Amino acid sequence: MPSHSVREAVAAFRRAPGLALLSATSIGLSLFVLGTFALVTYNVDVTLRSIERRVEVVAYLRDDISAAQLELLQNDVRSFPEVENVTHVSKFEAMREAMQQLEEFRDVFTDLEMNPLPASIEVQMRPEYRDPEAVARVGELMGLYPFVEDVRYGREWVNKIFQLRRLGGAVAAILGTAFAIVAILIIGTTVRMAVLARREEIIIMRLVGATDGFIRRPFLLEGFITGLIGGLLALLLTYGAFLVVDGSLIDLEWVPTAWTAAGVLAGGILGLAASGMSLRRHLISYA
Amino acid sequence: MIKLINVYKEYPRSGLALKNVSFHLKKGEFAFIIGPSGAGKSTVLHLIHMAEQPSDGEVRVSGYSSARMKRRDVPRLRRRVGMVFQDFRLLRDRTAADNLAFALEVSGAKRSEIKGKVQRLLAQVGLAARAGAYPEELSGGEQQRIVMARALIHDPVVLLADEPMGNLDERASRGVFDLIRDINSSGTAVMMATHDLELVRRYSQYRVIELAEGAIVYDSGNSNAES
Repeated sequence: MPSHSVREAVAAFRRAPGLALLSATSIGLSLFVLGTFALVTYNVDVTLRSIERRVEVVAYLRDDISAAQLELLQNDVRSFPEVENVTHVSKFEAMREAMQQLEEFRDVFTDLEMNPLPASIEVQMRPEYRDPEAVARVGELMGLYPFVEDVRYGREWVNKIFQLRRLGGAVAAILGTAFAIVAILIIGTTVRMAVLARREEIIIMRLVGATDGFIRRPFLLEGFITGLIGGLLALLLTYGAFLVVDGSLIDLEWVPTAWTAAGVLAGGILGLAASGMSLRRHLISYA
Repeated sequence: MIKLINVYKEYPRSGLALKNVSFHLKKGEFAFIIGPSGAGKSTVLHLIHMAEQPSDGEVRVSGYSSARMKRRDVPRLRRRVGMVFQDFRLLRDRTAADNLAFALEVSGAKRSEIKGKVQRLLAQVGLAARAGAYPEELSGGEQQRIVMARALIHDPVVLLADEPMGNLDERASRGVFDLIRDINSSGTAVMMATHDLELVRRYSQYRVIELAEGAIVYDSGNSNAES
Protein backbone atom coordinates (compact mmCIF):
# COMPACT_ATOMS: atom_id res chain seq x y z
CA MET A 1 0.00 0.00 0.00
CA PRO A 2 1.64 3.27 -1.02
CA SER A 3 1.87 6.00 1.60
CA HIS A 4 -0.33 9.07 1.67
CA SER A 5 2.42 11.23 0.11
CA VAL A 6 2.94 8.93 -2.86
CA ARG A 7 -0.80 8.54 -3.49
CA GLU A 8 -1.38 12.28 -3.32
CA ALA A 9 1.62 13.08 -5.54
CA VAL A 10 0.43 10.62 -8.17
CA ALA A 11 -3.12 11.95 -7.90
CA ALA A 12 -1.78 15.45 -8.59
CA PHE A 13 -0.57 14.28 -12.01
CA ARG A 14 -3.97 12.74 -12.71
CA ARG A 15 -5.81 15.90 -11.67
CA ALA A 16 -3.77 18.30 -13.83
CA PRO A 17 -1.76 16.38 -16.42
CA GLY A 18 -1.33 19.42 -18.70
CA LEU A 19 0.19 21.48 -15.93
CA ALA A 20 2.52 18.65 -14.90
CA LEU A 21 3.62 18.24 -18.51
CA LEU A 22 4.30 21.97 -18.84
CA SER A 23 6.44 21.93 -15.70
CA ALA A 24 8.33 18.84 -16.78
CA THR A 25 8.90 20.27 -20.26
CA SER A 26 10.24 23.56 -18.93
CA ILE A 27 12.71 21.72 -16.71
CA GLY A 28 13.49 19.42 -19.62
CA LEU A 29 14.31 22.35 -21.92
CA SER A 30 16.48 24.12 -19.36
CA LEU A 31 18.44 20.93 -18.74
CA PHE A 32 18.58 20.28 -22.49
CA VAL A 33 20.50 23.55 -22.90
CA LEU A 34 22.88 22.45 -20.15
CA GLY A 35 23.06 18.95 -21.63
CA THR A 36 24.00 20.21 -25.08
CA PHE A 37 26.75 22.35 -23.65
CA ALA A 38 27.90 19.47 -21.47
CA LEU A 39 28.13 17.33 -24.60
CA VAL A 40 30.14 20.02 -26.42
CA THR A 41 32.39 20.68 -23.43
CA TYR A 42 33.03 16.98 -22.97
CA ASN A 43 33.98 16.53 -26.62
CA VAL A 44 36.22 19.60 -26.61
CA ASP A 45 37.91 18.03 -23.56
CA VAL A 46 38.34 14.70 -25.31
CA THR A 47 39.86 16.48 -28.33
CA LEU A 48 42.08 18.61 -26.12
CA ARG A 49 43.40 15.53 -24.35
CA SER A 50 44.23 13.82 -27.63
CA ILE A 51 45.93 17.00 -28.85
CA GLU A 52 47.80 17.26 -25.59
CA ARG A 53 49.17 13.77 -26.17
CA ARG A 54 50.63 15.02 -29.42
CA VAL A 55 51.98 18.22 -28.00
CA GLU A 56 55.56 18.60 -29.11
CA VAL A 57 58.07 21.33 -29.67
CA VAL A 58 59.99 21.45 -32.93
CA ALA A 59 63.28 23.34 -33.20
CA TYR A 60 64.41 24.00 -36.79
CA LEU A 61 68.18 23.99 -37.11
CA ARG A 62 70.49 26.14 -39.20
CA ASP A 63 72.01 24.33 -42.17
CA ASP A 64 75.53 25.05 -40.89
CA ILE A 65 75.10 23.28 -37.56
CA SER A 66 78.00 20.97 -36.71
CA ALA A 67 77.65 17.40 -35.49
CA ALA A 68 79.11 18.42 -32.10
CA GLN A 69 76.59 21.26 -31.73
CA LEU A 70 73.74 18.94 -32.62
CA GLU A 71 74.97 16.45 -30.04
CA LEU A 72 75.21 19.18 -27.40
CA LEU A 73 71.72 20.46 -28.14
CA GLN A 74 70.15 17.00 -27.99
CA ASN A 75 71.86 16.13 -24.72
CA ASP A 76 70.90 19.47 -23.15
CA VAL A 77 67.28 19.20 -24.16
CA ARG A 78 67.03 15.59 -22.99
CA SER A 79 68.09 16.72 -19.53
CA PHE A 80 65.14 19.16 -19.22
CA PRO A 81 62.69 17.78 -16.61
CA GLU A 82 59.71 18.47 -18.92
CA VAL A 83 61.12 16.43 -21.79
CA GLU A 84 60.36 12.80 -22.45
CA ASN A 85 62.06 12.16 -25.77
CA VAL A 86 64.11 13.98 -28.41
CA THR A 87 64.25 12.89 -32.05
CA HIS A 88 66.53 14.30 -34.70
CA VAL A 89 65.01 14.75 -38.16
CA SER A 90 67.68 15.34 -40.83
CA LYS A 91 67.12 17.46 -43.95
CA PHE A 92 66.85 14.26 -45.97
CA GLU A 93 64.27 12.75 -43.58
CA ALA A 94 62.30 16.00 -43.61
CA MET A 95 62.11 15.88 -47.38
CA ARG A 96 61.11 12.22 -47.41
CA GLU A 97 58.35 12.92 -44.86
CA ALA A 98 57.15 15.91 -46.85
CA MET A 99 56.98 13.86 -50.02
CA GLN A 100 55.02 11.16 -48.23
CA GLN A 101 52.57 13.52 -46.59
CA LEU A 102 52.08 15.90 -49.48
CA GLU A 103 51.85 13.47 -52.39
CA GLU A 104 50.35 15.99 -54.78
CA PHE A 105 53.50 18.12 -54.52
CA ARG A 106 55.85 15.16 -55.08
CA ASP A 107 56.84 16.45 -58.53
CA VAL A 108 57.69 19.87 -57.18
CA PHE A 109 59.93 18.31 -54.55
CA THR A 110 61.65 16.00 -57.10
CA ASP A 111 62.37 18.89 -59.43
CA LEU A 112 64.14 20.88 -56.76
CA GLU A 113 67.88 21.21 -57.19
CA MET A 114 68.52 21.58 -53.51
CA ASN A 115 66.63 20.53 -50.37
CA PRO A 116 65.01 23.66 -48.89
CA LEU A 117 63.72 21.92 -45.77
CA PRO A 118 65.68 22.44 -42.56
CA ALA A 119 66.80 19.70 -40.23
CA SER A 120 65.02 19.74 -36.88
CA ILE A 121 64.77 18.12 -33.51
CA GLU A 122 61.32 17.11 -32.29
CA VAL A 123 60.76 17.19 -28.54
CA GLN A 124 58.05 15.10 -26.91
CA MET A 125 56.84 16.40 -23.57
CA ARG A 126 56.29 14.26 -20.48
CA PRO A 127 52.52 13.78 -19.88
CA GLU A 128 52.47 15.94 -16.74
CA TYR A 129 54.04 18.85 -18.67
CA ARG A 130 51.72 18.86 -21.69
CA ASP A 131 50.27 22.26 -20.92
CA PRO A 132 50.73 25.57 -22.73
CA GLU A 133 53.03 27.02 -20.04
CA ALA A 134 55.54 24.13 -19.96
CA VAL A 135 55.57 23.91 -23.77
CA ALA A 136 56.31 27.63 -24.03
CA ARG A 137 59.10 27.35 -21.42
CA VAL A 138 60.88 24.55 -23.28
CA GLY A 139 60.39 26.33 -26.61
CA GLU A 140 61.91 29.55 -25.30
CA LEU A 141 64.93 27.74 -23.80
CA MET A 142 65.63 25.99 -27.11
CA GLY A 143 65.35 29.27 -28.98
CA LEU A 144 68.31 30.58 -26.98
CA TYR A 145 70.78 28.30 -28.84
CA PRO A 146 72.40 30.29 -31.69
CA PHE A 147 72.25 27.36 -34.15
CA VAL A 148 68.49 27.05 -33.68
CA GLU A 149 66.79 28.91 -36.48
CA ASP A 150 63.19 28.83 -35.23
CA VAL A 151 61.04 27.08 -32.63
CA ARG A 152 57.44 26.06 -33.26
CA TYR A 153 54.91 24.88 -30.76
CA GLY A 154 51.20 25.26 -31.38
CA ARG A 155 50.93 27.64 -28.44
CA GLU A 156 48.31 29.96 -29.82
CA TRP A 157 45.76 27.47 -30.90
CA VAL A 158 46.18 25.40 -27.73
CA ASN A 159 45.36 28.58 -25.84
CA LYS A 160 42.41 29.29 -28.13
CA ILE A 161 40.90 25.86 -27.54
CA PHE A 162 41.22 26.36 -23.79
CA GLN A 163 39.51 29.75 -24.13
CA LEU A 164 36.77 28.28 -26.30
CA ARG A 165 36.07 25.65 -23.67
CA ARG A 166 35.84 28.28 -20.94
CA LEU A 167 33.54 30.40 -23.10
CA GLY A 168 31.30 27.38 -23.75
CA GLY A 169 31.10 26.74 -20.02
CA ALA A 170 30.14 30.34 -19.29
CA VAL A 171 27.46 30.43 -22.00
CA ALA A 172 26.04 27.13 -20.71
CA ALA A 173 25.96 28.46 -17.16
CA ILE A 174 24.17 31.70 -18.14
CA LEU A 175 21.60 30.13 -20.50
CA GLY A 176 21.09 27.15 -18.20
CA THR A 177 20.48 29.43 -15.22
CA ALA A 178 17.98 31.52 -17.20
CA PHE A 179 16.07 28.42 -18.25
CA ALA A 180 16.27 26.98 -14.74
CA ILE A 181 14.72 30.17 -13.32
CA VAL A 182 11.85 29.89 -15.82
CA ALA A 183 11.41 26.24 -14.84
CA ILE A 184 11.39 27.13 -11.13
CA LEU A 185 8.74 29.80 -11.74
CA ILE A 186 6.53 27.42 -13.72
CA ILE A 187 6.85 24.61 -11.17
CA GLY A 188 6.26 27.13 -8.39
CA THR A 189 3.03 28.21 -10.08
CA THR A 190 1.96 24.61 -10.59
CA VAL A 191 2.49 23.85 -6.92
CA ARG A 192 0.70 27.04 -5.94
CA MET A 193 -2.32 26.03 -8.02
CA ALA A 194 -2.21 22.56 -6.50
CA VAL A 195 -2.14 24.12 -3.03
CA LEU A 196 -5.14 26.30 -3.93
CA ALA A 197 -7.02 23.33 -5.39
CA ARG A 198 -6.48 21.40 -2.17
CA ARG A 199 -7.12 24.34 0.12
CA GLU A 200 -9.99 22.65 1.95
CA GLU A 201 -7.97 19.52 2.59
CA ILE A 202 -5.02 21.53 3.85
CA ILE A 203 -7.23 23.50 6.24
CA ILE A 204 -8.71 20.27 7.58
CA MET A 205 -5.28 18.68 7.86
CA ARG A 206 -4.12 21.64 9.95
CA LEU A 207 -7.35 21.47 11.95
CA VAL A 208 -6.87 17.88 13.02
CA GLY A 209 -3.16 18.24 13.77
CA ALA A 210 -1.29 17.12 10.64
CA THR A 211 2.35 18.23 10.83
CA ASP A 212 3.82 20.72 8.34
CA GLY A 213 6.03 17.95 6.99
CA PHE A 214 3.07 15.68 6.37
CA ILE A 215 1.23 18.42 4.47
CA ARG A 216 4.31 19.41 2.48
CA ARG A 217 5.56 15.96 1.51
CA PRO A 218 3.11 15.17 -1.32
CA PHE A 219 3.80 18.56 -2.94
CA LEU A 220 7.57 18.12 -2.60
CA LEU A 221 7.34 14.62 -4.02
CA GLU A 222 5.25 15.98 -6.90
CA GLY A 223 7.94 18.59 -7.63
CA PHE A 224 10.69 15.98 -7.43
CA ILE A 225 8.90 13.59 -9.80
CA THR A 226 8.12 16.44 -12.23
CA GLY A 227 11.80 17.39 -12.14
CA LEU A 228 12.93 13.80 -12.74
CA ILE A 229 10.60 13.54 -15.75
CA GLY A 230 12.07 16.83 -16.99
CA GLY A 231 15.57 15.44 -16.48
CA LEU A 232 14.72 12.31 -18.49
CA LEU A 233 13.21 14.48 -21.23
CA ALA A 234 16.42 16.54 -21.35
CA LEU A 235 18.41 13.32 -21.59
CA LEU A 236 16.29 12.14 -24.53
CA LEU A 237 16.56 15.52 -26.29
CA THR A 238 20.32 15.70 -25.77
CA TYR A 239 20.79 12.14 -26.96
CA GLY A 240 18.61 12.91 -29.99
CA ALA A 241 20.77 15.94 -30.79
CA PHE A 242 23.86 13.77 -30.34
CA LEU A 243 22.54 11.16 -32.81
CA VAL A 244 21.71 13.84 -35.38
CA VAL A 245 25.09 15.58 -35.18
CA ASP A 246 27.35 12.58 -34.60
CA GLY A 247 28.74 11.23 -37.87
CA SER A 248 26.91 13.67 -40.10
CA LEU A 249 28.56 16.94 -39.02
CA ILE A 250 31.38 15.86 -36.73
CA ASP A 251 32.33 12.75 -34.79
CA LEU A 252 31.22 13.06 -31.19
CA GLU A 253 31.63 10.97 -28.08
CA TRP A 254 28.64 10.48 -25.72
CA VAL A 255 29.18 11.85 -22.21
CA PRO A 256 29.99 9.45 -19.31
CA THR A 257 27.07 7.71 -17.57
CA ALA A 258 27.77 9.57 -14.33
CA TRP A 259 27.08 12.86 -16.15
CA THR A 260 23.71 11.67 -17.48
CA ALA A 261 22.71 10.38 -14.03
CA ALA A 262 23.75 13.70 -12.49
CA GLY A 263 21.72 15.58 -15.13
CA VAL A 264 18.52 13.63 -14.47
CA LEU A 265 19.01 13.98 -10.72
CA ALA A 266 19.59 17.72 -11.18
CA GLY A 267 16.09 17.85 -12.70
CA GLY A 268 14.65 16.19 -9.61
CA ILE A 269 16.48 18.56 -7.28
CA LEU A 270 15.38 21.57 -9.33
CA GLY A 271 11.75 20.41 -9.05
CA LEU A 272 12.12 19.78 -5.33
CA ALA A 273 13.62 23.24 -4.75
CA ALA A 274 10.90 24.94 -6.81
CA SER A 275 8.17 23.17 -4.81
CA GLY A 276 9.86 23.95 -1.53
CA MET A 277 10.13 27.67 -2.32
CA SER A 278 6.54 27.86 -3.52
CA LEU A 279 5.24 26.01 -0.45
CA ARG A 280 7.10 28.29 1.92
CA ARG A 281 5.26 31.24 0.45
CA HIS A 282 1.79 29.77 -0.03
CA LEU A 283 1.26 27.17 2.67
CA ILE A 284 2.04 29.50 5.53
CA SER A 285 -1.22 31.39 5.00
CA TYR A 286 -3.27 28.41 6.16
CA ALA A 287 -2.86 28.63 9.89
CA MET B 1 -6.16 23.40 31.90
CA ILE B 2 -6.98 26.34 29.61
CA LYS B 3 -5.82 29.71 30.84
CA LEU B 4 -5.96 33.09 29.15
CA ILE B 5 -3.84 35.62 31.01
CA ASN B 6 -4.30 39.31 30.15
CA VAL B 7 -4.68 38.51 26.49
CA TYR B 8 -4.82 41.24 23.86
CA LYS B 9 -5.31 40.57 20.19
CA GLU B 10 -4.85 43.29 17.62
CA TYR B 11 -5.31 43.02 13.87
CA PRO B 12 -3.47 45.39 11.56
CA ARG B 13 -6.61 46.58 9.82
CA SER B 14 -9.52 46.09 12.19
CA GLY B 15 -7.70 47.07 15.39
CA LEU B 16 -8.15 45.55 18.86
CA ALA B 17 -10.26 42.38 18.84
CA LEU B 18 -9.55 41.36 22.44
CA LYS B 19 -8.72 43.57 25.39
CA ASN B 20 -7.19 42.17 28.54
CA VAL B 21 -9.09 38.87 28.47
CA SER B 22 -8.37 36.44 31.31
CA PHE B 23 -10.18 33.27 32.37
CA HIS B 24 -9.43 29.74 33.46
CA LEU B 25 -11.39 26.78 32.09
CA LYS B 26 -11.00 23.76 34.30
CA LYS B 27 -10.77 20.13 33.29
CA GLY B 28 -14.16 18.79 32.18
CA GLU B 29 -15.83 22.20 32.54
CA PHE B 30 -18.55 23.44 30.16
CA ALA B 31 -18.60 27.12 29.22
CA PHE B 32 -20.64 29.17 26.80
CA ILE B 33 -19.06 32.24 25.25
CA ILE B 34 -21.72 34.75 24.33
CA GLY B 35 -21.81 38.26 22.97
CA PRO B 36 -22.81 40.13 19.83
CA SER B 37 -21.12 39.56 16.47
CA GLY B 38 -17.60 40.96 16.46
CA ALA B 39 -17.31 40.76 20.25
CA GLY B 40 -14.29 38.43 19.95
CA LYS B 41 -15.86 34.98 20.57
CA SER B 42 -14.24 33.31 17.57
CA THR B 43 -10.94 35.04 18.29
CA VAL B 44 -10.86 33.44 21.75
CA LEU B 45 -11.44 29.99 20.22
CA HIS B 46 -8.80 30.56 17.54
CA LEU B 47 -6.28 31.58 20.18
CA ILE B 48 -6.95 28.41 22.19
CA HIS B 49 -6.59 26.38 18.99
CA MET B 50 -3.30 28.27 18.40
CA ALA B 51 -4.41 29.25 14.93
CA GLU B 52 -3.40 32.73 16.04
CA GLN B 53 -0.99 34.18 18.56
CA PRO B 54 -2.00 36.81 21.12
CA SER B 55 -0.56 40.29 20.54
CA ASP B 56 0.07 40.49 24.27
CA GLY B 57 -0.57 38.21 27.25
CA GLU B 58 -0.42 34.43 27.31
CA VAL B 59 -2.62 31.51 26.31
CA ARG B 60 -1.99 28.19 28.07
CA VAL B 61 -3.58 24.98 26.83
CA SER B 62 -2.93 21.61 28.40
CA GLY B 63 0.73 22.28 29.18
CA TYR B 64 1.43 24.34 26.07
CA SER B 65 2.01 28.09 26.28
CA SER B 66 1.60 30.59 23.45
CA ALA B 67 4.69 32.37 24.79
CA ARG B 68 6.97 29.37 24.24
CA MET B 69 5.08 27.65 21.43
CA LYS B 70 7.01 26.73 18.31
CA ARG B 71 5.29 26.20 14.99
CA ARG B 72 6.20 22.53 15.03
CA ASP B 73 4.45 22.05 18.40
CA VAL B 74 1.10 23.25 17.04
CA PRO B 75 0.06 19.91 15.43
CA ARG B 76 0.57 18.08 18.76
CA LEU B 77 -1.57 20.64 20.56
CA ARG B 78 -4.29 20.36 17.89
CA ARG B 79 -4.59 16.67 18.66
CA ARG B 80 -5.60 17.61 22.20
CA VAL B 81 -8.07 20.29 21.11
CA GLY B 82 -11.07 19.33 18.98
CA MET B 83 -12.69 22.08 16.93
CA VAL B 84 -16.06 22.32 15.20
CA PHE B 85 -17.46 25.16 13.10
CA GLN B 86 -20.79 26.42 11.93
CA ASP B 87 -19.87 25.67 8.30
CA PHE B 88 -18.88 22.01 8.97
CA ARG B 89 -15.77 21.90 6.74
CA LEU B 90 -16.14 18.38 5.41
CA LEU B 91 -14.49 17.15 2.21
CA ARG B 92 -17.30 17.00 -0.37
CA ASP B 93 -15.68 14.25 -2.45
CA ARG B 94 -15.37 11.76 0.41
CA THR B 95 -17.90 9.74 2.33
CA ALA B 96 -18.59 10.30 6.02
CA ALA B 97 -16.32 7.37 6.93
CA ASP B 98 -13.59 8.56 4.54
CA ASN B 99 -13.71 12.06 6.03
CA LEU B 100 -12.93 10.55 9.42
CA ALA B 101 -10.34 8.16 8.00
CA PHE B 102 -8.65 11.09 6.26
CA ALA B 103 -8.43 13.05 9.50
CA LEU B 104 -6.98 10.02 11.28
CA GLU B 105 -4.52 9.27 8.52
CA VAL B 106 -3.17 12.81 8.14
CA SER B 107 -2.67 13.18 11.85
CA GLY B 108 -0.49 10.12 12.01
CA ALA B 109 -2.80 7.25 13.03
CA LYS B 110 -1.67 3.72 12.17
CA ARG B 111 -3.45 2.25 9.15
CA SER B 112 -4.46 -0.85 11.07
CA GLU B 113 -6.28 1.24 13.67
CA ILE B 114 -8.16 3.54 11.32
CA LYS B 115 -11.08 1.32 10.28
CA GLY B 116 -12.04 0.27 13.78
CA LYS B 117 -11.72 3.77 15.14
CA VAL B 118 -13.88 5.24 12.35
CA GLN B 119 -16.65 2.74 13.13
CA ARG B 120 -16.44 3.47 16.83
CA LEU B 121 -16.64 7.25 16.24
CA LEU B 122 -19.57 6.91 13.83
CA ALA B 123 -21.42 4.82 16.43
CA GLN B 124 -20.61 7.38 19.13
CA VAL B 125 -22.31 10.16 17.13
CA GLY B 126 -25.19 7.87 16.12
CA LEU B 127 -24.35 7.65 12.41
CA ALA B 128 -23.00 4.11 12.01
CA ALA B 129 -25.61 3.47 9.31
CA ARG B 130 -24.56 6.54 7.28
CA ALA B 131 -20.86 5.65 6.93
CA GLY B 132 -21.00 5.47 3.13
CA ALA B 133 -22.96 8.68 2.58
CA TYR B 134 -21.38 11.77 1.01
CA PRO B 135 -21.78 15.10 2.83
CA GLU B 136 -24.43 16.34 0.38
CA GLU B 137 -26.50 13.23 1.12
CA LEU B 138 -26.45 14.05 4.84
CA SER B 139 -28.67 16.55 6.63
CA GLY B 140 -27.07 19.56 8.31
CA GLY B 141 -27.40 17.90 11.70
CA GLU B 142 -25.79 14.71 10.42
CA GLN B 143 -22.93 16.66 8.86
CA GLN B 144 -22.29 18.45 12.14
CA ARG B 145 -22.23 15.09 13.93
CA ILE B 146 -19.56 13.87 11.49
CA VAL B 147 -17.59 17.04 12.20
CA MET B 148 -17.89 16.34 15.94
CA ALA B 149 -16.75 12.76 15.41
CA ARG B 150 -13.76 14.19 13.55
CA ALA B 151 -13.04 16.58 16.41
CA LEU B 152 -13.02 13.62 18.81
CA ILE B 153 -10.61 11.37 16.90
CA HIS B 154 -7.70 12.06 19.24
CA ASP B 155 -9.75 12.04 22.46
CA PRO B 156 -9.21 15.76 23.02
CA VAL B 157 -9.14 17.39 26.45
CA VAL B 158 -11.37 20.16 25.18
CA LEU B 159 -13.92 20.58 22.41
CA LEU B 160 -14.11 24.09 20.93
CA ALA B 161 -17.39 24.76 19.14
CA ASP B 162 -17.89 27.95 17.14
CA GLU B 163 -21.65 28.42 16.66
CA PRO B 164 -22.06 24.68 16.01
CA MET B 165 -25.84 24.94 15.61
CA GLY B 166 -25.82 28.21 13.67
CA ASN B 167 -26.89 26.52 10.44
CA LEU B 168 -29.28 23.93 11.90
CA ASP B 169 -33.02 23.80 12.48
CA GLU B 170 -34.37 23.40 15.99
CA ARG B 171 -34.62 19.63 16.01
CA ALA B 172 -31.17 19.08 14.55
CA SER B 173 -29.78 21.69 16.96
CA ARG B 174 -31.19 19.83 19.93
CA GLY B 175 -29.62 16.58 18.72
CA VAL B 176 -26.22 18.18 18.21
CA PHE B 177 -26.34 19.94 21.57
CA ASP B 178 -27.27 16.69 23.31
CA LEU B 179 -24.25 15.12 21.67
CA ILE B 180 -22.03 17.97 22.90
CA ARG B 181 -23.37 17.42 26.45
CA ASP B 182 -22.65 13.68 26.12
CA ILE B 183 -19.11 14.44 25.10
CA ASN B 184 -18.78 16.79 28.08
CA SER B 185 -20.19 14.26 30.50
CA SER B 186 -17.54 11.76 29.44
CA GLY B 187 -14.89 14.19 30.73
CA THR B 188 -14.06 16.43 27.79
CA ALA B 189 -14.19 20.16 28.56
CA VAL B 190 -16.36 22.19 26.18
CA MET B 191 -16.14 25.82 25.16
CA MET B 192 -18.99 26.82 22.91
CA ALA B 193 -19.53 30.17 21.25
CA THR B 194 -23.20 30.85 20.61
CA HIS B 195 -25.79 33.51 19.83
CA ASP B 196 -28.58 31.39 21.28
CA LEU B 197 -29.36 33.09 24.59
CA GLU B 198 -32.43 30.90 25.07
CA LEU B 199 -30.21 27.83 25.11
CA VAL B 200 -27.81 29.52 27.55
CA ARG B 201 -30.70 30.36 29.88
CA ARG B 202 -32.06 26.82 29.70
CA TYR B 203 -28.73 25.29 30.71
CA SER B 204 -27.95 27.69 33.52
CA GLN B 205 -25.78 25.10 35.26
CA TYR B 206 -23.04 25.81 32.72
CA ARG B 207 -20.57 28.64 32.98
CA VAL B 208 -21.19 31.74 30.86
CA ILE B 209 -18.50 34.14 29.67
CA GLU B 210 -19.86 37.24 27.99
CA LEU B 211 -17.77 39.38 25.68
CA ALA B 212 -18.49 42.87 24.39
CA GLU B 213 -16.14 44.79 22.13
CA GLY B 214 -13.30 42.40 22.90
CA ALA B 215 -13.54 42.52 26.69
CA ILE B 216 -15.11 40.13 29.21
CA VAL B 217 -18.13 41.90 30.70
CA TYR B 218 -19.51 38.93 32.61
CA ASP B 219 -18.10 35.58 33.77
CA SER B 220 -20.34 33.39 35.90
CA GLY B 221 -17.33 31.25 36.86
CA ASN B 222 -15.26 34.15 38.16
CA SER B 223 -16.42 36.35 41.00
CA ASN B 224 -13.76 38.95 40.13
CA ALA B 225 -15.10 39.55 36.63
CA GLU B 226 -16.17 43.02 35.70
CA SER B 227 -19.86 43.48 35.80
